Amino acid sequence: MERTTPRGEPPARRHNAPWADRLFSLLAHGAAWLTLALLAGIIVSLFVGAAPAIREFGIGFLWSKDWDPVQEKFGGLVMIYGTLMTSIIALLIAVPVSFGIALFLTELSPRWLKRPLGVAIELLAAVPSIVYGMWGLLVFSPILSTYVQTPLQSAFQGVPFLGPLFSGPPVGIGLLSAGIILAIMVIPFIAATMRDVFDITPPMLKESAYALGSTTWEVVWKVVLPYTKTGVVGGIMLGLGRALGETMAVTFVIGNFNQLNSLSLFEAANSITSALANEFAEAGEGLHQASLIYLGLILFLITFVVLSFSRLLLMRMRRSEGSRT
Amino acid sequence: MNFASTRLASIGASLAVASGAVLAQDMTGAGATFPAPLYAKWADAYNKATGARLNYQSIGSGGGIKQIKSKTVDFGASDMPLKDEELAKEGLIQFPTVVGGVVPVVSIAGIQPGQIRLTGQVLGDIYLGKITKWNDAALTALNPGVPLPNAAIAVVRRADGSGTSFIFTNYLSKVNAEWKEKVGEGTAVNWPVGAGGKGNEGVAAFVQRLPNSIGYVEYAYVKQNKMTYTLMRNKDGNFVPPSDTAFKSAAAGADWTKSFYQITTEQPGKEAWPITNPTYILMHKVQDKPVNGANTLKFFDWAYKNGDAMADELDYVPLPDNVKELVRKQWAAELKDAAGKPVTYK
Repeated sequence: MERTTPRGEPPARRHNAPWADRLFSLLAHGAAWLTLALLAGIIVSLFVGAAPAIREFGIGFLWSKDWDPVQEKFGGLVMIYGTLMTSIIALLIAVPVSFGIALFLTELSPRWLKRPLGVAIELLAAVPSIVYGMWGLLVFSPILSTYVQTPLQSAFQGVPFLGPLFSGPPVGIGLLSAGIILAIMVIPFIAATMRDVFDITPPMLKESAYALGSTTWEVVWKVVLPYTKTGVVGGIMLGLGRALGETMAVTFVIGNFNQLNSLSLFEAANSITSALANEFAEAGEGLHQASLIYLGLILFLITFVVLSFSRLLLMRMRRSEGSRT
Repeated sequence: MNFASTRLASIGASLAVASGAVLAQDMTGAGATFPAPLYAKWADAYNKATGARLNYQSIGSGGGIKQIKSKTVDFGASDMPLKDEELAKEGLIQFPTVVGGVVPVVSIAGIQPGQIRLTGQVLGDIYLGKITKWNDAALTALNPGVPLPNAAIAVVRRADGSGTSFIFTNYLSKVNAEWKEKVGEGTAVNWPVGAGGKGNEGVAAFVQRLPNSIGYVEYAYVKQNKMTYTLMRNKDGNFVPPSDTAFKSAAAGADWTKSFYQITTEQPGKEAWPITNPTYILMHKVQDKPVNGANTLKFFDWAYKNGDAMADELDYVPLPDNVKELVRKQWAAELKDAAGKPVTYK
């Protein structure tokens, strides 16, 4: 092969103004610090706002189920239970479904269907949450009460443990409806993340597994999932974060009931966000308002714990990967 | 939801008004959501008549009280009147603008509006969770011949803190001793039973959707959504339907001469509807900005003179003329500027 002489000279090294570099670094640092300062500011103002309630009720607020604005006795158990329970129900439904969606899209779907189906799932994420709430109240909950709750109640009447789980007035609003609506809302997030990480699995790994005679299931379960588990856990946590913080849709279907009389999934309940949205505007100064801010602080802590826990999980996974080789 | 859209339209009109340039005649107010559509309609008409603009933020009664206490607005609005001692402590006066009524509504197959009769005692027991079935002996005794089903009562109430709930729980506290002891009155209370809907429209939607349900909403929602209202037994022992005359009769029954702190639930009067209450305006006695104070008084004086038809249109009940006169007297007697001169509005 003939050697060609390069045409022209390489461009002279550009001399940048040193102040521009410094300005840019200052801006970038500023943006990062601003976020931290905002976070600290929010935590401090939550603490200050909640201080009267913290002083009055202390840590017992967490397991007291009183919520009586007239007597000024407040406790957060009902709302904390509602928030956690609806999020757990949402994840129990959303994770397997999202896994199925991602598996279908990456391994099984015919090529022409991949695009429209993927877009449709992403569109679900763009629907405003109030639309989910109204749909849940007007369309979904009547269906749930007629075709699910009433048959379940008649089937399990008198059965210990399961019977009480399905008791309650058959109105179709409560923990289960809220959990299902939340599941529909977080599925697009989890499914989209799972699909994206499944897609980046090197084809060579998959093809080698297929060449050894693996079924599609074995490939996904034993090759794709272990390769992408960090991303999968990240996607689930993203969905959980959304489920914990969702307000509008939950308010519509949870029933906003501040009592915890039974563990029934069909009983109307309340969540932290829903209580805040409903009561904050009219709460007078003093303990009622402080207790609502206290609830907000607790939600903040729950989200924080969930996030740290997922980080920890990811770190441990990475470590175990290292030790396996 | 025809009614909701008129409300939205009128709130939109007030926003359009608010976004204009600030003139010397402008005034600001904040508070109760219940009278907000009417204030917006009044403000719109007043703006056309005089050019002055009202910026009213419907942030809720609690918010209105907070805002007027911190003097960020010219007037506050609240569905719940402040007690005379609290007014004196904060240096405020209050006066009623219009009267509203809260009406129990039900949804039972085959039951027509006005077919079911209730007493305060029975209504309280339903909301306490003591009466749980529609064919309970207490209900059938009140309603001989009415085909009440053997079905559980689905209780619906407000989830958000609201003046409507205050009026309703105030009434129940007056007529049901156990309610008073166990639950009490307030914009938000510890409801023993029931699912919570957000806003009047939320409760209306729940009641219309759930079979065998009972709820309570403002009268306007009953009318606009053609809901199945119940008759209530009033203090005189008559079972009355909710209507403008029934609300007016209740407002006239109160003694306004000594104090405007009147919660007009369970008032005497042959036709009086028992769950009725005026909505209030709060102002500072000493007006630091007497021009704004005068503008506010001009607006409400104008509304008292010209606003009754608009109130009727939106299903609010105007005050009796003698009460309006008492309010004007109070303005003349109590509102002063910083130098101690009365605020003139004429």
